[in-house]
Amino acid sequence: MSVSAPSIPTSLSTPPAPEGHEIVRERGQREVFCGLTSIVWLHRRMPDAFFLVVGSRTCAHLIQSAAGVMIFAEPRFGTAILGERDLAGLADANEELDRLVARLLERRPEIRTLFLVGSCPSEVIKLDLAKAAERLNHAHSGRVMVLSYSGSGIETTFTQGEDAALQAMLPLLPDAAASGDSADQLLIVGTLADAVEERLTGLFRRMGIERVRSLPPRRSTELPAVGPGTRVLLAQPFLSGTARALLDRGAELVSAPFPLGVEGSAAWMEAAAAAFAIPESRVREVLDPLVKRGREALAPHREVLAGKRLFLMPDSQLEIPLARFLHRECGMELVEVGTPYLDRRLMEADLSRLPPATRLSEGQDVDRQLERLRAARPDLVLCGLGLANPLEAEGIATKWSIELVFSPIHGCDQAADLAELFARPLRRRERLQVA
Amino acid sequence: MELTLWTYEGPPHVGAMRIAASMEGVHYVLHAPQGDTYADLLFTMIERRGCRPPVTYTTFQARDLGGDTADLVTRTIADAVQRFAPEALLVGESCTAELIQDQPGALAAGMDLGGVPVVSLELPAYSKKENWGAAETFYQLVRALLRPQMPPPGQPRPDPGRWRREGRRPRVNLLGPSLLGFRCRDDVREITRLLASHGIDVSVTAPLGARPADLERLPDADVNVCLTPEVAGTACSWLERSFGMPWVRTVPIGIRATADFLREIHGLLELELPPELVPDAGGACEAERRSQLPWYSRSVDSTYLTGKRVFIFGDASHAIAAARIARHELGFEVVGLGSYSRERAREVRAAAREFGLNALITDDYLAVEAAMAEAAPELVLGTQMERHSAKRLGLPCAVISAPLHVQDVPAHHSPQMGWEGANVIFDAWVHPLMMGLEEHLIGMFRHDFEFVDGHRSHLGEGTASPGTPAAATPPAQTFSTPLQDLSPADAAEALATTVAVAEAFAPAGGAPEWTADGEAELNRIPFFVRGKVRRNTESFARDRGLVAIDAETLYDAKAHFSR
Ligand code: SF4
Ligand code: SF4
Repeated sequence: MSVSAPSIPTSLSTPPAPEGHEIVRERGQREVFCGLTSIVWLHRRMPDAFFLVVGSRTCAHLIQSAAGVMIFAEPRFGTAILGERDLAGLADANEELDRLVARLLERRPEIRTLFLVGSCPSEVIKLDLAKAAERLNHAHSGRVMVLSYSGSGIETTFTQGEDAALQAMLPLLPDAAASGDSADQLLIVGTLADAVEERLTGLFRRMGIERVRSLPPRRSTELPAVGPGTRVLLAQPFLSGTARALLDRGAELVSAPFPLGVEGSAAWMEAAAAAFAIPESRVREVLDPLVKRGREALAPHREVLAGKRLFLMPDSQLEIPLARFLHRECGMELVEVGTPYLDRRLMEADLSRLPPATRLSEGQDVDRQLERLRAARPDLVLCGLGLANPLEAEGIATKWSIELVFSPIHGCDQAADLAELFARPLRRRERLQVA
Repeated sequence: MELTLWTYEGPPHVGAMRIAASMEGVHYVLHAPQGDTYADLLFTMIERRGCRPPVTYTTFQARDLGGDTADLVTRTIADAVQRFAPEALLVGESCTAELIQDQPGALAAGMDLGGVPVVSLELPAYSKKENWGAAETFYQLVRALLRPQMPPPGQPRPDPGRWRREGRRPRVNLLGPSLLGFRCRDDVREITRLLASHGIDVSVTAPLGARPADLERLPDADVNVCLTPEVAGTACSWLERSFGMPWVRTVPIGIRATADFLREIHGLLELELPPELVPDAGGACEAERRSQLPWYSRSVDSTYLTGKRVFIFGDASHAIAAARIARHELGFEVVGLGSYSRERAREVRAAAREFGLNALITDDYLAVEAAMAEAAPELVLGTQMERHSAKRLGLPCAVISAPLHVQDVPAHHSPQMGWEGANVIFDAWVHPLMMGLEEHLIGMFRHDFEFVDGHRSHLGEGTASPGTPAAATPPAQTFSTPLQDLSPADAAEALATTVAVAEAFAPAGGAPEWTADGEAELNRIPFFVRGKVRRNTESFARDRGLVAIDAETLYDAKAHFSR
């Protein structure tokens, strides 16, 4: 397997050459969360932001259930539940929303940014949240910034909600050139666990990349400037829209595999270093000990995982980079790699590292996919919460995909933890002696 | 438009799913966008079930909205019928599909489905909620399957004593138990056993475990038992109107209610009342001794439970039952009673009046939390939401009603109904009050070294008192399980809770200050009641506008609260 040298495409518009993988494209019942779910990690990332879903009781129930049933403290998200009256006359719905937002802001004076999050119902009745945000911005100017985006299930799946939320923030990002600050900077895009983010930023600084910023930021109001000189390094694979919009603002995209596993994380950091013309020796000095230590830490998990057959159901969009890591570094066999949608351009570096003729599936027809799965009897399945227990009951070990968007899994130092998440269900089965 | 942070009930189509998933041989085709498939995890995670709920979603997307969503519905119905070969099919829509008006029920009616009975559900998502949806779905299904058997109007009612003439044992149906209901599985087992001990058979239990063919046998029973009025009330009253079937209305939760339930059922079936159920002058009967609750309540160890102030909130059935048990069977004082079941507000209000209270009828959990804080109870009996509010307020709490969490689905038999249910309730409600040691022992041994700071009860710090610096310590010290060993969701809970506790009890401006001698006196109080004493004393001081709290204030407050 050749590891391609990192390149920096300046545009996303040229699709790469066709791959040798078998692709199953499916359209049927999809068993995935909608984009609202990303609120559950975004609200933790930006504690001074509030996410107000404008939707139905279903939307409220979804976030509550996805948030591990209940997070209990007064959460930094809520739902403005549309009622019959709101459906009857839209003008009224706008007034209602204004009233409700005023009440919310009164109750939560610490909120600096308010996201109005569109849902299926609000989109179907064409409630214009962008306009509402504008109106509310005017009404509460100086006190809070109001933004809007859609996390609806008819438009977005699960992690795409973050893509939409980040795109909503982009217009607020200062223009680097206009603010006379077009010095080179590295912009890490995608929510990472705080500790991981600090670690990675620290490593980049050690390599000599001085200016490293993150999007989303930890304070919703401390937005990084963007423009020529900004190199965008995606930490998460579900941010196609954000990446595109950043390129439109004059940034460059650093192409790299995603930072999962030792290999992926090292290649990710090397690509960034190359984009800043950091001398090879400096890069090796920082990375080599990390890589060595990471590989050693992986070894015991590799023992459990090697040769085991893995089936990945489409869910978080992390499936392809995970498959790459689990195959190349942990020795797992890939039965099928599902992905909710395939963005070839962003996935190129990971796709090209999958073994030839890997079966990829895009979209989903869950019952058919389960039939394929049962026929293949994999040793481990990566899937959403709705499918995990039923598969366990059929004797198939599972790993929940939602855990991967909450856990610190990025970077060389985290590679062993990531492998452990997959090895644990297998170790557990080994250990249990009951029926 | 209504602002909701957490919600007690899901949308009505989730209620319909509860009926479909509770039964065998029923499939539900739900016209809904992909995100609505989250509902599966309610069954596979919260109920820890080993199978997917029998639901096929259309999972339509924006690009389908151009025009072929109706086509998607018919294709999905046809596929689902072919794949799952259901004995009855439910067809419905979620809130979004309701807006695009494809009318999946009408579409299904126009299809050739090989004679499968189809029930079209119209559950208005913008005005109704989960329990209503469950009740309506159960009723629609029962009605659709029984319509062919309906006796013509004017026909005499069946005689509930006919079992005797037919030379068989009397039999009843148990209606209402369903998935995501509170301890339904165990209640069914308990009530079936209880009735059997009185020579009464259970004909059909539904929806839990029933097939469509079982619903067709409902009229074979002599009487219906409505175990869960939230779910089966509508169906029971329809069965009474259409088939003349009488129904038992008492929900057998608690000692008195179980005895009343048995008397009611004996009366309806024209069965002779066994002597052990005949009440004495005080209303008690011998059968009550089948439970330990009455004796445990009278035992000396329970003396300290006298007059404990308890705040109750839940679905109507469980809240009403809890209030009566609390007052009459455990000797507590009920200081708050409420429910989110608006459909049964009247009954809850009537029950609250028995205790001289105004019922709190709301689905705003913040309003419940505020009422709880205001009532200053010593024990909270509520749902998972109240558990969290109680945690923030540092109050002990037991969960008595849905909505539930995986921990409310125990592996062991743990009913709420019948004599054994009363035993379970005694344990479950009294344990949170004990904090590892009964209070009267605290009084007796307060000077012993075990009570010095830092010594922890075996229950860990679940009852750590807010207001003390301990409550604001970092999560790793506050929770006995290291965060990394928790599931991410549970870890998130742990973190969020800690933050909340810290926020809720951050020193407010203008709060009275403790003097050195006040603080010293406070420190003489055993650590596990110190938080409560601190809170009481501070509120006492605030009410009187005091700026400093010294030892005297502490004793004044103690005298005030011990009245
Ligand atoms: S909180 Fe517990 S039951 Fe609920 S989803 Fe998380 S792990 Fe499962
Ligand atoms: S799929 Fe649509 S209606 Fe359902 S929860 Fe998501 S946004 Fe709300």
